[in-house]
Amino acid sequence: MSDLTKLTIAQARDKLAAGECTSVELTQAYLKAMEAGRDLNAFITETPELALQRAKASDDRRAKGESLGAMDGIPVAIKDLFCTDGVLTTAGSHILDGFTPAYESTVTANLRDAGAVMLGKTNLDEFAMGSANITSYYGEVKNPWVGADGKDLVPGGSSGGSAAAVAGRMAMAATGTDTGGSIRQPASFCGITGLKPTYGRCSRWGTIAFASSLDQAGPMTQTVRDAAIMLQAMAGHDAKDSTSAPMDVPDFEAALTGDIKGLKIGIPAEYKMDGMDAEIQALWDQGIEWLKAQGAEVVDISLPHTKYALPTYYIVAPAEASANLARYDGVRYGLRVEGDSLDDMYMNTRGEGFGHEVKRRILMGTYVLSSGYYDAYYIKAQKVRTLIAADFTKAFEDVDAILTPTAPSAAFALGEKQEDPVAMYLNDVFTVPASLAGLPGISIPAGLNAAGLPLGLQILGRPFDEETVLKVAGVLETSAGFTLHSGVED
Amino acid sequence: MSLDQDTVKNIAYLARIRVEEDKLEPLAGELSAIMGWIEQLQELDTDGVEPMASVVNVSLPQRKDVVNDGDCRDAVLKNAPDNEDGFYTVPKVVE
Repeated sequence: MSDLTKLTIAQARDKLAAGECTSVELTQAYLKAMEAGRDLNAFITETPELALQRAKASDDRRAKGESLGAMDGIPVAIKDLFCTDGVLTTAGSHILDGFTPAYESTVTANLRDAGAVMLGKTNLDEFAMGSANITSYYGEVKNPWVGADGKDLVPGGSSGGSAAAVAGRMAMAATGTDTGGSIRQPASFCGITGLKPTYGRCSRWGTIAFASSLDQAGPMTQTVRDAAIMLQAMAGHDAKDSTSAPMDVPDFEAALTGDIKGLKIGIPAEYKMDGMDAEIQALWDQGIEWLKAQGAEVVDISLPHTKYALPTYYIVAPAEASANLARYDGVRYGLRVEGDSLDDMYMNTRGEGFGHEVKRRILMGTYVLSSGYYDAYYIKAQKVRTLIAADFTKAFEDVDAILTPTAPSAAFALGEKQEDPVAMYLNDVFTVPASLAGLPGISIPAGLNAAGLPLGLQILGRPFDEETVLKVAGVLETSAGFTLHSGVED
Repeated sequence: MSLDQDTVKNIAYLARIRVEEDKLEPLAGELSAIMGWIEQLQELDTDGVEPMASVVNVSLPQRKDVVNDGDCRDAVLKNAPDNEDGFYTVPKVVE
């Protein structure tokens, strides 16, 4: 394993600036690592030629003294939910067979314009619907971490390929998207850092839609500092997304002062669930001690509607998905399965093109939006969503950030929890509430369980206060002293 | 809330998704289990609560009604499974 693939973005930035390595060297090291790691199935499409071309352009810019900044020349992987100009974009679905966008999503355009080098497109749960990266038409992704019993583990989902790519040192960092936990939960399962920004911080334009009132792009990285650097390049107002926030992007890296003295950190009583994994409870307690030791004040808070967040999410998200996914009709792009009539063609195409979990969610969404059920389910869920968001608003009157576990378990074995959809949905019990409220949240790797697998802690913040989230996360990261060692190298 | 096979058949048609006859029953079971779990929302009193459609608490921005994109017909059509003379094609809909 090349030492170049062990660098963080911050370290690579400094080495590139000092002329100690080139972007082409970094990119070649990662392309080799991607090839060696194909068994994990983290990538759907590799783009080595494009990567080397962009790396060379980056080196040329730098030679002329025209470097574009911290991300210039940094090799990153892109979740295959972002449309990329001229590069196959699948959303992990059969129904987008052969879809090659003629445009670039705003987030990936921002990264490209900041000089980042795209290595390839990463695997994901089909249309980002899943928590284990087992629903992709392109096959399941393996976690680079292996259980003590030697079993293959899931990387989490839906950004499982991105998480596996970073944890497996096949990309220095990756983009993810998070609708109910799809950045944070796989980050926790793979021992990396994953940041879901405030809804509206990153443009959704050109990102294949799942649930438009929840979807948000964010960075998946090795460190908190890298998350700050990468978010800086991804974020910003975009006139093409009417929900993107018309706000300036602060200097996120500057927020990493290491000083949390006097900050108030809330611990929500409702996140202490019956039957909670003792190791996760212990890690959470440890996190509280770390923050106290650094001068933060820890406060017990209540988020009374927490238990209703998942059922609310499983009305709102499928309802929005059923509308968003209506566009896959066999006419404009992707798969078409012929039929005797137009309706027949639609039904054949969608019946064959969507996988089981996606169909299930479209049907749920169609049901809760259908005549006679709309008020009882959809409007009811939107009202409960108001209550959930109000819980957070009230809590943030008293605290600056909230500390919780990221996920109720460590990575589980491939094949587990596949029969019972509700058991799979419970993976997101700690991440979904903040998604419904549109809040920023980060997962950082904070320790290992007895089986040697990583566990994450989550920090939530006020809307558009990623700076406090990053600051607290940086302190926790230092206290935890976690270093990536997923068994693929070292 | 329990969904029977006819209901599943109906929503599958509304969603234009072909579901084979022998898949209707297991699917009805799965969807009933999920909807049963969701049912707990009904125990909450939400009278007088405003439904939340978006966390973005601002009115949507307006822009001038001018053409700001376009002239890319061929690029757009390029991904169509089938196209003819600059149009998408579909099975015959008018006799």
